[in-house]
Amino acid sequence: MTIDDVQRILHGSYICGEDQGSREIHSACGSDMMSDVLAFVKDQAVLLTGLCNPQVIRTAEMIDIYCIVFIRGKKPTEEMVEMAKERDIAIICTDHRMFNACGMLYDNGLRGGKPY
Amino acid sequence: MSDSLRLQYIISDEDFTRAGEASGDVKAKLKMMGVNPEVIRKVSIAMYEGEINMVIHANGGVIDVIITTTDITMILKDKGPGIKDLDLAMQAGYSTASENVRALGFGAGMGLPNMKKYSDEMKIDTEIGVGTTVTMKVNF
Repeated sequence: MTIDDVQRILHGSYICGEDQGSREIHSACGSDMMSDVLAFVKDQAVLLTGLCNPQVIRTAEMIDIYCIVFIRGKKPTEEMVEMAKERDIAIICTDHRMFNACGMLYDNGLRGGKPY
Repeated sequence: MSDSLRLQYIISDEDFTRAGEASGDVKAKLKMMGVNPEVIRKVSIAMYEGEINMVIHANGGVIDVIITTTDITMILKDKGPGIKDLDLAMQAGYSTASENVRALGFGAGMGLPNMKKYSDEMKIDTEIGVGTTVTMKVNF
């Protein structure tokens, strides 16, 4: 699945990083707690979150996540968008809730990590 | 010529949005040095969790990073309240963080367990009312 596929499946809109839409995504992590995300390390993952502050971008940076999906209609601030652009991280926003958004990606073949 | 590189970061607790800048800087430097990506990731996560802890629990502090040809050592020193029960603090899911901190996405009780998980060696010296020093080493 590519970042473009994630955007299409979740009926989302790009906030930045549209030019990276062809990058492959191999797994996903959905959480509002950043330490839970940091416990999950997997290459080429997408992060789905309802948390909307600069630490989301930093967390993604630390574990090389290059696509963040903000759910429930959350919109990142200009500062967050700038941070994401500097780090080549794509941001997608969707109105879907966490459970549904994760389910839609799962339904299309994307999987999470192993049990902790 | 010295065979080690030392970096020092002053961590302020005044602006939570800036927490993680030091870890980001170390990550960028290691990347420029061509260090193995897996090592970079371990260092980044361990240091970032530590940096966040210093901001939310200990009013900031100082981080020293020493890079040698064989490993990277991070020394995180604060003058915070100290850790009352270290065994309990090391348990995944245990946290003393406030609701405010949880609303920011931290305080899930995964900070110290993550730091231990991603470092090859970790040592914690803590004294109530004096402060805490966490030393973490990641081998190349």
